Amino acid sequence: MIRTTPFHPRLSQLNSQGLYTHWQGHLSALRYTHAPKHEYFAVRNAVGVFDTSPLFKYRVHGPDAERFLSGVLVRDVRTCRPGQAQYTLWCDDRGFVMDDGVVFRHSATDFLLTTARPSLGWFADLARRHDVELEDVSDNQAMLAVQGPRSRAALSTLAPEAAQLRFFEHTQAKIAGSPVTLSRTGYTGDLGFELTVEAEHALDVLDAVLEAGRVHGIRPFGEEALMMLRIEAGLPLVDVEWTNSRLAFTDDQRVTPTELGMGWMLRDVTDGDRAFVGRDAIRRELASRTSRWASVGVVVDWEAWDRVHHEAGLLVPKDEHPLPYESLLYDTAADDQTDTVVAGGARGRSPGAAGYVTSFLYSPVLQRHVGLARVRPDLAAPGSTAHLEIAISHHNTTVPVQTAALPLFRPARKTGQA
Amino acid sequence: MTNTYDAIVVGGGHNGLTHAAYLAKAGLRTLVLEQRHLVGGAAITEEVVPGFSFTTFSYALSLLRPEIIHELDLVRHGFMPLMMPSSFHPTGDGDYLLLGDDHGQNTTEIRRHSRHDADAYDRYHHDLDRVVQAVQPLFDNPPPDVFGKDPEDQADVKWLLDHLGGVERTVMHDVVRLLTGSASDWLEDYFEHPAVQGFHASSSIIGSKVGPMSPGSGLVLLFHKMGQHDGHLGSWAFHKGGNGGFTQVLARAAEAFGTEIRLGARVSSVLTDGDRATGVVLDDGTELRAPVVVSALDPRRTFLDLVDPRTLPADLVDNVERMRFRGVSAKVNFALDALPVFPALPDTVDHYGGFLNIGPTIEYVERAFDAAKYGWYSERPFIDAAIQSVVDPDMAPPGKHVMSCFVQYAPYDLRGSDWETEREPFGDKAQAVLESHFPGFGDLVLHREVVTPVDIEATTGLTEGNIFAGEFLAPQMYFFRPAPGWSQYRTPIQGYYQCGSGTHPGGCVIGSPGKLASQRVLRDLRS
Repeated sequence: MIRTTPFHPRLSQLNSQGLYTHWQGHLSALRYTHAPKHEYFAVRNAVGVFDTSPLFKYRVHGPDAERFLSGVLVRDVRTCRPGQAQYTLWCDDRGFVMDDGVVFRHSATDFLLTTARPSLGWFADLARRHDVELEDVSDNQAMLAVQGPRSRAALSTLAPEAAQLRFFEHTQAKIAGSPVTLSRTGYTGDLGFELTVEAEHALDVLDAVLEAGRVHGIRPFGEEALMMLRIEAGLPLVDVEWTNSRLAFTDDQRVTPTELGMGWMLRDVTDGDRAFVGRDAIRRELASRTSRWASVGVVVDWEAWDRVHHEAGLLVPKDEHPLPYESLLYDTAADDQTDTVVAGGARGRSPGAAGYVTSFLYSPVLQRHVGLARVRPDLAAPGSTAHLEIAISHHNTTVPVQTAALPLFRPARKTGQA
Repeated sequence: MTNTYDAIVVGGGHNGLTHAAYLAKAGLRTLVLEQRHLVGGAAITEEVVPGFSFTTFSYALSLLRPEIIHELDLVRHGFMPLMMPSSFHPTGDGDYLLLGDDHGQNTTEIRRHSRHDADAYDRYHHDLDRVVQAVQPLFDNPPPDVFGKDPEDQADVKWLLDHLGGVERTVMHDVVRLLTGSASDWLEDYFEHPAVQGFHASSSIIGSKVGPMSPGSGLVLLFHKMGQHDGHLGSWAFHKGGNGGFTQVLARAAEAFGTEIRLGARVSSVLTDGDRATGVVLDDGTELRAPVVVSALDPRRTFLDLVDPRTLPADLVDNVERMRFRGVSAKVNFALDALPVFPALPDTVDHYGGFLNIGPTIEYVERAFDAAKYGWYSERPFIDAAIQSVVDPDMAPPGKHVMSCFVQYAPYDLRGSDWETEREPFGDKAQAVLESHFPGFGDLVLHREVVTPVDIEATTGLTEGNIFAGEFLAPQMYFFRPAPGWSQYRTPIQGYYQCGSGTHPGGCVIGSPGKLASQRVLRDLRS
């Protein structure tokens, strides 16, 4: 039975399209208007709201909460002070990534963990030896992302706390008389906030936000706009950028934190004394430099892109909707390829293959075709060249790409203060 | 401050800036001289009322060639074209045509008016796209010198003939129909509904002293289809901060390549030594030296004002003097207290995301044109409006709005009056048209700015207020822009070049004249 979120009664009124996807059993709007790109620009140039309620939300509390979480999450949650949040991963014993999420620390002993896929059972199994309670509060709490350069101005009129909140900080506030957790978090790579609110108050809070945002050009945005935003922001998505290791069939589907581009989370791993699930494998990977891939951005050579389409007699496509499939990267251009592409791509890495692009679109703010990619470590240095396979007129060819550091789009306002 | 440069560009409009950026990128010490206190020429944004930013003249972006964005690294300097997600066309009877980004919904919307026109809409765009494909290479390259005799010229002519020889018969016929015929003839072959015709006809008259029934309006229609927003041909975007925001980006890019820009520096004439340009002299007498001087001004200024026309070939001078400018466009810009209300769509603002096209039918626009033929402005003008603060809220204070209205027809030469006298009565006519579609509009007006063709000329220097620096008429395009034999950005004076919209491929915020002229300058310097 498909469910709706607490914001649905109002947001559905603002949805002229009736296009929804099913996100973890909930209706989730793909778009609200005929133009998801316009919704995208609300976030890049004004303010947009996204209903992120279907995220799973687990309250983790008790005397051992910190000890427990620091033993399962890749980042050291002990460095997360009350009022702060951390984006983090959790791995299996082999040091492969299972899922990602954001942990909000409310007090010494009280945390809230959000994640896109259900994980309670796995955490609960690991929690047995700890004095900690895990509580699934997913259904009780609605979450609204308020994102974009004007999000701070819009929210500050409702909750003055928004004006001072730093990147990845959160605080308790009141909006429309209802208690909310106001956090400087989001999945768009822009200045933005998320509001976590009891389900029963969700509509009051949403109405207040929409009214406060009206003069700032606020509009709801759907998943299509979100995909454009998160790819530009270099934010990976489970089941697109990687497969939960516990659910994968082969190691080719799996990635380590380093391979996922999250090596920055591992600062304390080599020297620190904190044991967590997967640590030993990660240590071995770091020590022996056995990471198979590096995660990078790729930027397409625009001249080549234009040329191959012109030569085929086609208009040059610039589509902001991401490709729904993976594309392959090679060391050499199609005309020069001497290596054989393995039929069916059985191992996804034919001889000479330089890597693969997991997400790909035309970025309106970057004015370039860009992608999130996994490349051989020797291509990780920004500016390295690879060749992206594309099909044109039923024929495979390649266009050159250059690797680039992530995120591809990084406005100062994302982490800056007012 | 040195007074010696490798190249001096006269005029800081978008083509002058583009040109300077390319020259500087190639390593030339380049100076841009702009008479006003800001760069941009006719692509500027001005805070006319505190908090309200007006795009005084040009008001949207489409024709800009995408390669310029990349080659000049404009994104790094803030280039940001915002999507204009809709086109709104009141049909004059209280109904409307509202088109957006969803093909199926557009088809349904057209079908609401005419079942016949629903699939014609697809054929129309397909055929027009094919014409654009065929013409694009001509657009992106300098016109061959068909009068030249050296092997390079002959190779260019061969390239052109080979290209045209490869164009399909039906497409070539469509090219000729558009280049020579009227928009109404072209459109009536596809559409039967007057509103659907009227909607598509609006781009056929912009900036030109033609009606949609005049031969030549097809060319204007095609020209506007040559633009794109993110690959969508004929689509328009609103640059962050308006077209003034865009030219500021361009100026930053030019400066990053090393270009120096001097404001408040009006050039009075080009200095020559024999048949060579050697620099310029400013109004204040300052002399600046460079072996390359490039005029980004229009052909009249370039050939008749900046240099002594007596030193130029008589046929060139004659052509430039006879070149048609005849501005017929005006702007009426509003600061609004709130969004206007269209009675049939009282509870939504989604129809304000792009252009509001006030020219319900071809006949309406043609009748608006009639007055201009006889030296007067339209009683009920055509208006191409955009409430830009809907797309970019930074254009106005929170909750308030700016509305740019491009208004035709407003002929430069009025018979029996002048624009100083007629400015506000003309503004009233435009406002009355808006009032008829959006009842209560007048109550929302906080400020109104009427920009007449005379104002355009006085402020930007564009002769007779022609927004394209020379009309888009077949005899003034391609080989003949601005004059036969002088379409390759050179002038009869060595070292003196032209790079403004009066050169190929022409007007709009497009950048190509500036870019193509830079290639000419750099090739000449190397040879």
